[in-house]
Amino acid sequence: MATPLIETQRPTAAPSSNGRSPAPMPHTVIVPPSGWRLVNWKELVEYRDLVAQFVLRDVSAMYKQTVLGYAWAIIRPFVSMIVFTVIFGNLADVPSDGVPYALFSFAGLLPWTYFSGSLNGSVGSLLAQRSVFTKVYFPRLIIPLTPALTALIDLAIAGIMLGGMMVYFGVVPTWNALFLPVLILIMMATAVGTGFWLSSLALQYRDVSQAMGFGVQLLMYAAPVVWPVSLIAEKFPENGELIRMVYGLYPMAGVIEGFRSALIGTIPMPWDLIGMGALSASILLFTGALYFRRSEPTFADVA
Amino acid sequence: MSNLAIRVDGIGKQYRIGLKEERSETLAGAAAKLIKSPVKRLQQLRSLSSFREDEADDIVWALRDVSFTVNHGEAVGLIGRNGAGKSTLLKVLSRITEPSRGRIELYGRVASLLEVGTGFNAELTGRENAYLNGAILGMKKAEVDRKFDEIVAFSGVETYIDTPVKRYSSGMRVRLAFAVAAHLEPEILLVDEVLAVGDVAFQKKCLGKMDDVAHEGRTVVFVSHHMSMIQALCTRGIVLDGGSVAFDGPVEHAISRYLRGMEEGAQVDVGSRPDREGDGTARCTGVWLEDESGHRVENVVSGAPMTVCLAYESDGGGGKLDFAIGIYDQLGMSLAHNGTRYVSVDVTSAAPRSGVARCTIPRLALPAGEYFLNTSITRDGRRADRVERAASFFVDAGDFYGSGKIPAAKSGRFLLDYDWDVVETDAVISS
Repeated sequence: MATPLIETQRPTAAPSSNGRSPAPMPHTVIVPPSGWRLVNWKELVEYRDLVAQFVLRDVSAMYKQTVLGYAWAIIRPFVSMIVFTVIFGNLADVPSDGVPYALFSFAGLLPWTYFSGSLNGSVGSLLAQRSVFTKVYFPRLIIPLTPALTALIDLAIAGIMLGGMMVYFGVVPTWNALFLPVLILIMMATAVGTGFWLSSLALQYRDVSQAMGFGVQLLMYAAPVVWPVSLIAEKFPENGELIRMVYGLYPMAGVIEGFRSALIGTIPMPWDLIGMGALSASILLFTGALYFRRSEPTFADVA
Repeated sequence: MSNLAIRVDGIGKQYRIGLKEERSETLAGAAAKLIKSPVKRLQQLRSLSSFREDEADDIVWALRDVSFTVNHGEAVGLIGRNGAGKSTLLKVLSRITEPSRGRIELYGRVASLLEVGTGFNAELTGRENAYLNGAILGMKKAEVDRKFDEIVAFSGVETYIDTPVKRYSSGMRVRLAFAVAAHLEPEILLVDEVLAVGDVAFQKKCLGKMDDVAHEGRTVVFVSHHMSMIQALCTRGIVLDGGSVAFDGPVEHAISRYLRGMEEGAQVDVGSRPDREGDGTARCTGVWLEDESGHRVENVVSGAPMTVCLAYESDGGGGKLDFAIGIYDQLGMSLAHNGTRYVSVDVTSAAPRSGVARCTIPRLALPAGEYFLNTSITRDGRRADRVERAASFFVDAGDFYGSGKIPAAKSGRFLLDYDWDVVETDAVISS
């Protein structure tokens, strides 16, 4: 049913009227879009240089003409951490699984800052770059994908900051830190999948961009950034297990708790949360890519 | 072995013109609309991207059943008036938008140039932008690496290559952007009206470069309103009219066919011409010329006064109307743009709902020949109506300089006011 829109077949004979050696000539077929299309991986790989250039552009343009430059990657989570520590750690006395609240919240803010930064970037990305993709063809998936890669740079910088804090508080990472790449993958899949969905929706319905600011805020309080998941079992002694499993479907729950387990070792690796999260992240990513590709043919017309 | 570069087979492209809102007349109506609106808007927005057969009234076909083939090494000009489908066809060919019907096959690497400097980022330096723009246009990094020095030399912005592009003049920006584009090495190059920017010397350089491309055996599909450019670059012309191919053949024939069609179009009453741009809140209903005594004329004389009359109607929605006429020569070269906004007399704030706007040129400075007029009306700075080639007129040779001597029409595009005098200096030419 789903006919691929573009089939790029490589070797076709090339007439070498320009005197150069006959290179294999790409053959492109353009037909009307029909039905659901999956990601054309081969094409994405072919455009890897463009992905690199987009990431490079965003990284170097992000902090141009700022005094503090890359320090902003640290300042944002750092200030949030201080505010949270004062309000939730001291005033509201939210438990922090037995480590200083500052460390607890920063370990949560690290993946959260990545997620919110990446999501904010990709949701508006199609709108922001319509002047580009209405003028030249490249796989449009690259556009919302770029912020998810760019935000990794901020994550790395903030990670150094966390390292400093761990030294200060005398905390040693656990062996579970070896699982960090898995957590990062789930986190990226969540951000990218949501980005695919929302960026294509935002192009057609500008309401999405309007809702983003407070939507992300709500998502943060829904994630265990300022509070530990252990609270659930505490507050719901009867069916805490079930609630915890369902809550795990929010992929950032497993990721954030997993980061804490890996880096400050407050809790064992929450594999139940991570498993549920990986499941829903995969669904998000798959359906997001599918929906994006489905609406892609009309992007240039509605932008 | 086939020498085929492009095969376009029965391409059709439909657009929905929707998203037009009816205006509510009363406050109560507006309030009711406000409540109903989210649902309605959702339907409207959804309908923009879905098509059903039963609601054909707001669907337009920008292209219908377009078919042609292009061989490798051919340079083809796409010609047609506004709305004929040239740009849509180019967008479909370059895969920016997708066809609704038909099939296209492209043999070879394709690069499209619908704009110079696509994706330029003002914060980045010239160097960074060259790489970025190159990648957007489909070059690999290694390719840009290899050609970088050449690109910089071609652009002539060597000194500023590490300066953020926002500090560039617009001319420098265009040079750099075009330099990148000129170093693409695709087998098929699709170009929209991009050369209308930059200074003349640079335009020539670009034209030369494009000519090289065409002669290197590469395929070029070129869209332009400038018949002189089409003539210089292309060997074959395809005339589009109303979304279909009206003529396909040698470029000279295509151009004359197009110009003839334009003249026929100009016979049609301006008010009922469908090929216009703008939101339609005001529209031009007639254009004619008058001489100094107010008689309608078809011919005017160099040096004599001429009045262009532009009859219009507006929907009475208020706002400031601005009128403009553009004067073009036969090849579509713009010669003058006379707008009410450039002369400080404010004749338009209280313009009546319908009327005639008159532009008087006290002493016509054009040599003998045939000319065309474009009309445009803007309301509060937004384009309300624009008609290309709304009228044509002939200028007869006249005694512009009052000397009884008339320069040959081909010796220049304008007759300027000037004086000469000669002053004595010491002889510097020594033997």
